[in-house]
Amino acid sequence: MSAHALILAGAGGERAWRLQDYAARGGYAALRRIIAGKTPPEAIIAELKTSGLRGRGGAGFPTGLKWSFMPYAFPGDKYLVCNSDEGEPGTFKDRDILRCNPHAVIEGMIIGAWVMGCTRGYNYIHGEIFEIYQRFEEALEEARAAGLLGRNILGSDFSFELFAHHGYGAYICGEETALLESLEGKKGQPRFKPPFPASYGLYGKPTTINNTETFASVPFILGMGGEAFLNLGKPNNGGTKIFSISGHVRHPGNYELNLGTPFPELLAMAGGMRAGRKLKAVIPGGSSAPVLPANIIMDCTLDFDAISKAGSMLGSGAVIVMDETTCMVRALERLSYFYHEESCGQCTPCREGTGWLYRVVRRIERGLGKPDDLDLLRSVAGNISGRTICALGDAAAGPVQSFIKHFADEFAYHIENKKCLVPPLVQEAGSQIYM
Amino acid sequence: MLEIEIDGKTIQAPDGSTVMDAAALAGIYIPHFCYHKKLSIAASCRMCLVQVEKAPKPLPACATPVTNGMRVWTHSETAVKAQKGVMEFLLINHPLDCPVCDQGGECQLQDLAVGYGGAHSRYREEKRVWLNKDLGPLVASDASRCINCTRCVRFTAEIGGLMELGQAFRGDHAEIMTFMGRALDSELSGNVIDLCPVGALTSKPFRFSARTWELSRRRSVSPHDSLGANLIVQTKHDVVRRVLPFNNERLNECWLTDRDRFSYEALASEQRLTLPMMCERDTWHTVSWQIALEFIASALQSIAREQGGQALGALASPHATVEELHLLQKLMRGLGSENIDFRLRQRDFRGDAVRAGAPWLGMSVVDIHDLHSLLVIGSFLRKDAPLLAQKVRHSAYRHGLQVSAVGPNAEDWRMPVAARALVAPSAMVATLAAIAAALAEETGGAVTERLAGRLSAAAADISGEVRAIARSLASGEKNAVWLGNFAVQHPRAAELHLWAQEIARLSGAALGFIGEAANSTGGYLVDAVPGEGGLDARAMIESPRRAYLLLGAEPDLDFADGAATVATLARAQLVVAASAFDSPALRQAADVLLPIAPFTETPGTFVNCIGEAQSFNTVARSRGEVRPGWKVLRVLGNFLELPGFDHEDVESVRDEALASGIPARLDNAIGDVPEADAPVPRAGRLQRIADVPIHFADPLVRRAPSLQKTADAAPPAARMPASTLAALGVNAGDKVRVTGSGAVELHAVADEGVAPGCVRIAAAHASTVALGPMHGDLSVERI
Repeated sequence: MSAHALILAGAGGERAWRLQDYAARGGYAALRRIIAGKTPPEAIIAELKTSGLRGRGGAGFPTGLKWSFMPYAFPGDKYLVCNSDEGEPGTFKDRDILRCNPHAVIEGMIIGAWVMGCTRGYNYIHGEIFEIYQRFEEALEEARAAGLLGRNILGSDFSFELFAHHGYGAYICGEETALLESLEGKKGQPRFKPPFPASYGLYGKPTTINNTETFASVPFILGMGGEAFLNLGKPNNGGTKIFSISGHVRHPGNYELNLGTPFPELLAMAGGMRAGRKLKAVIPGGSSAPVLPANIIMDCTLDFDAISKAGSMLGSGAVIVMDETTCMVRALERLSYFYHEESCGQCTPCREGTGWLYRVVRRIERGLGKPDDLDLLRSVAGNISGRTICALGDAAAGPVQSFIKHFADEFAYHIENKKCLVPPLVQEAGSQIYM
Repeated sequence: MLEIEIDGKTIQAPDGSTVMDAAALAGIYIPHFCYHKKLSIAASCRMCLVQVEKAPKPLPACATPVTNGMRVWTHSETAVKAQKGVMEFLLINHPLDCPVCDQGGECQLQDLAVGYGGAHSRYREEKRVWLNKDLGPLVASDASRCINCTRCVRFTAEIGGLMELGQAFRGDHAEIMTFMGRALDSELSGNVIDLCPVGALTSKPFRFSARTWELSRRRSVSPHDSLGANLIVQTKHDVVRRVLPFNNERLNECWLTDRDRFSYEALASEQRLTLPMMCERDTWHTVSWQIALEFIASALQSIAREQGGQALGALASPHATVEELHLLQKLMRGLGSENIDFRLRQRDFRGDAVRAGAPWLGMSVVDIHDLHSLLVIGSFLRKDAPLLAQKVRHSAYRHGLQVSAVGPNAEDWRMPVAARALVAPSAMVATLAAIAAALAEETGGAVTERLAGRLSAAAADISGEVRAIARSLASGEKNAVWLGNFAVQHPRAAELHLWAQEIARLSGAALGFIGEAANSTGGYLVDAVPGEGGLDARAMIESPRRAYLLLGAEPDLDFADGAATVATLARAQLVVAASAFDSPALRQAADVLLPIAPFTETPGTFVNCIGEAQSFNTVARSRGEVRPGWKVLRVLGNFLELPGFDHEDVESVRDEALASGIPARLDNAIGDVPEADAPVPRAGRLQRIADVPIHFADPLVRRAPSLQKTADAAPPAARMPASTLAALGVNAGDKVRVTGSGAVELHAVADEGVAPGCVRIAAAHASTVALGPMHGDLSVERI
C-alpha cells in the first residue's frame, strides 16, 4: 500500500468499508456539495478534464470527454453502467476496491448520474467473486437507507436507482457492449460499433460505461480538485492508479501509486524478485498487453504514455512479473489458451484464429514446432489484429506478437531443439509456491 | 442523399445507407457471408472488410454507414489482404471435400474461395468436428461445414418469429443448434436452406439426388395458399427435384413456406393417377382417353336430355387453374346446368345474392407495412397463410402494427397480438356486432341503421377485449379488417362478412379476405359459382344430383362435410372425377377417373388474393397418360358438341376466361343479409372448431412424404381448454370418443387456445372424416 492510497483507503480494518467509515474519511462530501449547490454538470466535466483522469479499465479513454458524449437532453431513460467484470488474467484490483471501498464507487456513480442525467445504473460484477457482489449489495442497502440512492436523493429532486448484477465469469462480458448484451439477458457477445453506447446502449438507450476504479476516482477528484489530482500524476496521466502486481515477486498484491512512478519502485514495494532471481519480462497491463523484456520495463515509468511509448499498454494496471525461470513459450501457450477459450465465437478472425494460434504455440511447446511456425504465427496474429468486432482479437494477437518479437531466440530454440531453453528443473523451482 | 466514392466510382446513396448498400447500387460486389438484405446486420463474418479513407483498420462494408465524401476501396491491397485473411480463417476448420458436399456448385464459400482462398492450406492442426443435429424431416444438418454466419439464427428469430436456432457455446466451440434437441417446427423452416451460404443446412428430401448444374430451372407459381408464391422449379430428366423461391418483392420476397417448397415430393407419389379408369360392376380397369371421354359425353348428354341440366353438378377444387375452372363452368352451362361451385368447404352462401364482386385481400401485400391496426377475424393465420402472417409479423415488430383477432382459436402466431377475443363459433357474429358498437362509441360514429336493430344484446356485451380491439381500430389511421378461412367457412359467414364490413366502415379500414386457396379469387372471376337458380356446393350435396363432375377435389377431405359428400356421390348415377391422384374415397365415389396434370405438368393461371393473375407454364413432362385439365375439358366440350370449345392454345382459354378484366371485378362489398337464428349447441355437447391443417389442405400436400413427417402433420386430436376437459371429467392424454354424424376416437389434448365449451378437431384428415360437418356440435366422452 502506498502513502497515496485514496481508493484503497478502506483496506485497513474489517469494517472500514461501511458507510460510516467512508463518511468519516470524507466520503459523500463531494456528492452533498454538488446536490446542495446544484453544481452544473458542465463544471464537473470540466473538473474531470482538468484532472486528466483516464479510464482505468484498460483503454485509458479520458473520462471527462466520455461523459460529455452523453446526450443530456435525451428524453426518457439513460443508463450508467459500472464495469466490474474484471476477467483479464493478472487483474484483481476492482474486487479490492469493492471489498474495501464500495461507497467510493457508489458515490462516483451517483455523481456520474447527476452529470449525465441517468436514471438507472447497474454495477456488473464478475461472476467468480460472488462474496464481493454480496458486499456491494450490502453497501447499496446502506446508501439507500441513508437517502443517497433512490428517489429524491438527499431531499433534492434528483433520483437515481443503482443495482448490482453479477455475471457468470465470461471474460468477454468485460467488453462493454458484450456486458450490455449480458445485462439485457442475452448471450454475451460484443456489438459492432457504431452505434456507440452513448447513443445506443443498454436497451437501446444512451448509456455510459466506466470501470470501477474510474468511478471510484471521481469523488477524490472533486474532493481535492482536478488540478491537485492531476498533479499527483503527470500531465495527461493524472491521479493515482492501482497496480495489481503478480508473478515472481515476494509480495504480490494491489498497490495504489501515483501515475508516473518508476517501475522499479513498484517492484521494490512488492518486495522485489523472489529468491533474488533475475527479472526476465513483465506484462505491464494485463495479459492482453504486449510483454516487455526486463531492460525496457526497468527504464519505464508507470503511466499510459510511457508504457505506450515502450511498445505496450498500461491497460488495467495488471503487472505480471516473470523471472529467469520462466519458459516464454510455455507462458505464451497459457495465454493463448486463455484467449482461445474466451473468444465469444461471433466473428471469424477471432473465433478461428485464436484456436489456430493456441494450437501452433502448443505444438512448439511440445517440441513439434516447424521452421516456418514463427512466420505463420506472425501472419495469423496479423490477420486477427484489427479485423474483429471487439478488442479481444487484438488482445489475443498482442501476446503472440510481442513474445515472438522479444523472445524469438527462445522460440527458435524450442523449434530447433524440440526442448526448452530453460531447463525443466529450473522451471519447476521457479514455479514453487512461496508462502 | 450522400455522396460516396467506391473504387473510384461516385455514387449517390440515400441517407442511412451502408457501404454495402451503396456498393450494390453501383453494381460493385463486395464478398460477404453473414450479410443478407432481409436480415439484421451481424457484421460477424468479416468477409466484407473494405478499406475506408482515414480509417486505421479495414471496416465491414455491411455495417459501416455511408458518410458524405467517404472514399472506399473494395479491392485495394489492404481490402483484399483482409478478405483473404478472413477466407483463410473460414477454411481452416471447414471440410475441404466439396465433391461430396451437397452444396457443391452452389456454395458461396466455394465460389469465394476461388477468388480469395489459397491453393493450399497453411493449417496443419486438427480440424474441428461437430456432430450433426436432427433438425426434423426437412432440413439436414452437416454441422462441421457451418461457418457460424448466423443467418439461420437471425431468420428464425426475425422472420419466423421464434428463435428456433441459436449459437451455443463460445469461441471455436460455438455451434448452431436447436433448443434442447428440438426440431425446426416453423412452417417457414426451409428458408434456412436457401440462407445457408455453405452446405451446413441442406434440403433433406433433395440432398444428394442431383447436382445444381444438372438441373433445369423454370418459373412457376405455388398452387397452395392464396398468396401465389413465385417458384423456381428445378428438374432433372424431366422430373421435379427441387423447388426454390423466385424473388418477388410484391409477394413472397425471397421466402417460401415449407408447403410451397416440399410439396413437389407428391408429384412422384405412388398414388398418382396415370391412366384413365372406369368402374364396371365394381371392377376398375384402365381405358383409353377416347373411350372414357365418349362414355362420359354420352352419359352426360342422356342425363341432361332426360332430366334437364339441373340434374348435373360440378364441384371443383379452389386449387384448380383459371383455365380449368373456366372451361368447367362453360361446359356445365353448355349442358344447361348452373350447378357449379369451387367453394367446397363453405356452408353459408347467402352472400352470393348480395355480393358486389369477387372477394380479395382488399389491399396489396406491400401495403401491410404501412398498416396501423389490423383485425383478423376467424383465421388460423400463421398456418393458413404463413407468408401473409410473416408480413404482418414484420410490420408488428418493426413498424408498430397493432394486430387484433376475433375467433374461437388463440394459437401462437409468433407475433405480438394486441387484443384477442377468444369466443365460441356461435358467438362470433355477436362479438363482431359488439366491436361495431364499441367502435361507434369510440369514433363518435353510428352503426348503420339496418344493423342498429340487431345491436340490443351486443352493445351490452362489450368486454375488455372487444373494447381493446375497437380502440386499436379507432386509433389507427390506416387499418384493415381481414376475414380468414374459418370465418368464410362459418355457418353464418355472410353475417360475419356484413359485420366486418360495418367495422371496416366505422374505422375507415380496408376490408379483405385472406382466401383459402391458390385460386379462391380466380374462381369467382371465371364464374365458377352457381348462377340464377343454380345450386351451391352445399346444396349440391344436400340435394343429390344424378351426375357429378369432380375437378381436382377429394370427396372425403376437401368438403365441408366429407362423410356426407362421399355418401351422396356414391349414390349418384354417374360421377366423373378428374384428378391428379387416385384414392380409395375417389374410387368409392366415382365411376370414371381421369388423370389430369398437377400444376407442374400443365400451363395455367391462378389469381391470388391481391387480384394478380399469375400464369405459369409446364415445367415437367407428364407421367403416363396424364393430360392437362384444360385440354381434357376442352376435348370433352367437343365430344359433347358444345359451341365455343375450339381453343387452339391455353392462352386463348385464359384470355376468354379473364376477358372482363380483374380490377373492376374485385369488390368485397356485401348487401344486406338477414339475421339467422344462432344455432344453440345441444346440452352437454361441444361446438366443433375445425381447422384445415397446413399439410393436409390439398391433395398435393397431403401426399408429400417429408411434410407428412413434420409436427404440423401430426394426426388430429381433440383439443380443449382445461376448463372444458375438467367439465367432461377427461384428462389430457385420455382417449375420447367424439360423436358427430359418426364417431371417431381421438386423444384429448389440453389447449388454452381453444374457446371454452368448444373442441378443436382438424378436418381434411382421414381420421376425422366420419365426424361429418366442420361446424356444429359434437359429444365428447371418455373411453
